[in-house]
Amino acid sequence: MDQQRREFLAAAGALAGAAALPGCATTGGGGTAGKVVVVGGGYGGATAAKYLRMWSNGTVGVTLIESRDSFVSCPLSNLVIGGSRTIADLTVSYDQLGRRWGVDVVRDMATAVDVDKRVVTTAGGRTFGYDRLVLSPGIEFIFDAIPSYRADPARAVGIVPHAWQAGPQTVLLRQQLEAMPDGGTFAIVIPVAPYRCPPGPYERVCQVAWYLKRSKPRSKILVCDGNPDVTSKAALFKKAWAEEYRGLIEYRPNNVLADVDLATRTAKFETADDVKADVLNVVPPQRAGAIARAADVITANNRWCEVDFRSFESVRGKGVHVLGDAIQIAQAMPKSGHMANNHGKIAAAAILRMLAGQEPNPSPVLTNTCYSYITDKDVVHVASVHQWDAEKKTVLPVPNSGGLSPAMNELEGTYANAWARNIWADMLA
Amino acid sequence: MRPIVLSIAFAAAAVAAPASAQSPDAARDIAATCANCHGTNGMSRGVTESLAGKPKAEIAAKLLEFKQNQRPGTIMPQLAKGFTDAQIDAVAAWFAAQPSK
Repeated sequence: MDQQRREFLAAAGALAGAAALPGCATTGGGGTAGKVVVVGGGYGGATAAKYLRMWSNGTVGVTLIESRDSFVSCPLSNLVIGGSRTIADLTVSYDQLGRRWGVDVVRDMATAVDVDKRVVTTAGGRTFGYDRLVLSPGIEFIFDAIPSYRADPARAVGIVPHAWQAGPQTVLLRQQLEAMPDGGTFAIVIPVAPYRCPPGPYERVCQVAWYLKRSKPRSKILVCDGNPDVTSKAALFKKAWAEEYRGLIEYRPNNVLADVDLATRTAKFETADDVKADVLNVVPPQRAGAIARAADVITANNRWCEVDFRSFESVRGKGVHVLGDAIQIAQAMPKSGHMANNHGKIAAAAILRMLAGQEPNPSPVLTNTCYSYITDKDVVHVASVHQWDAEKKTVLPVPNSGGLSPAMNELEGTYANAWARNIWADMLA
Repeated sequence: MRPIVLSIAFAAAAVAAPASAQSPDAARDIAATCANCHGTNGMSRGVTESLAGKPKAEIAAKLLEFKQNQRPGTIMPQLAKGFTDAQIDAVAAWFAAQPSK
């Protein structure tokens, strides 16, 4: 895009509420330079949809298929559980993707992909042809791994919420904590890595502790971790548990879940002691969202999708790009919303070049910035930069870059809020 | 102060010349990794600094100071170390060329 076009685009974008892009009036379903279907409007998919339209100057048609009527952020959703935010604070409409950027937003569930014919089918019975397909399906839970969940997973998570996809589950867990008597026990069961958002469970422990410390101080938190140690920001979380939340939290490593007794809210482990809780929060093991299986792009451990990091094209599905938590990660690359946003941009850039008959950018760069709230205001971060390694044909963290906060602090709380506002706008506004 | 830092940047850029310079979109693509915190095309909506339309010399100097531990910060000293001097120079030029409103 040359400078003149960029300026035009910015000027056009400034016309609030107006159809800002050439071709918008006919929506992004068409497009003269190609047609892309994006499945999933989370951090990866929504970003890809917007950037495909922005960087193509509206010439590539984009259809976004998403079953929810608005975006609800998983990052910051632990604050809803702690009680310092509401779900409404984390909810953003998809309207601007359509109105400002000309993305054809279709509220439906993609259920099948014909990779050879390049067609997506939805639960609503519609079909969408594409030149390139972007799958950003997030995670689905492996409910079969928990015997008592097999018959009726929906009933199980109504008793023992996972709250690992922001929305009604988040609110349910909050309500259970509000109903818990002072002196009760909250237990969280953390799956063996890899799972969505490595520091998320430990941030949740902090947020539940923040609530209980103020409202129900005789209560107790049990952290039953399937991993041998805290998987992210370990020293920072342990310091917070020992100081800010002293006496509230007991951490138990190597607690690999075997089953759950739903009637008594008891977690049973492969080798550790059972844990009976008043409020039990089991985060089940995870794999790529269902549409990835339907498209036959799950290639790693029957769980995740391997991609070429220069384009995020599946190593198996030609013309299918996979983003976000669904991918098989490279070394030290967390499953985070921030990373998914970066995946979306690399994929968008690559797709536009591929549609024009060019090679993708040969040396992609990604960053990750992940804030965790210790209190309602104090935050810690982990950050990293990942550059393409031509020899190893993958992205690797740059030696001596990245790092952690020295300690929790309020300044980074303001940065975390700014991060949320900017990244939500970066994907949806 | 500023011209000295800049001349260092240019000298380093000439030596480093990474593969990313081969793609015409490389600077735009690197800048896109900043948008999560600094806003799409460098127009921030929060307390994070807007970068769009800022002088190239100012952006490049700040990033190099972060990289060389000459400027305090939280995330930026850690992130700046992940980019080559040539990438810093390219991304600073890209943001400088963006409209600021």
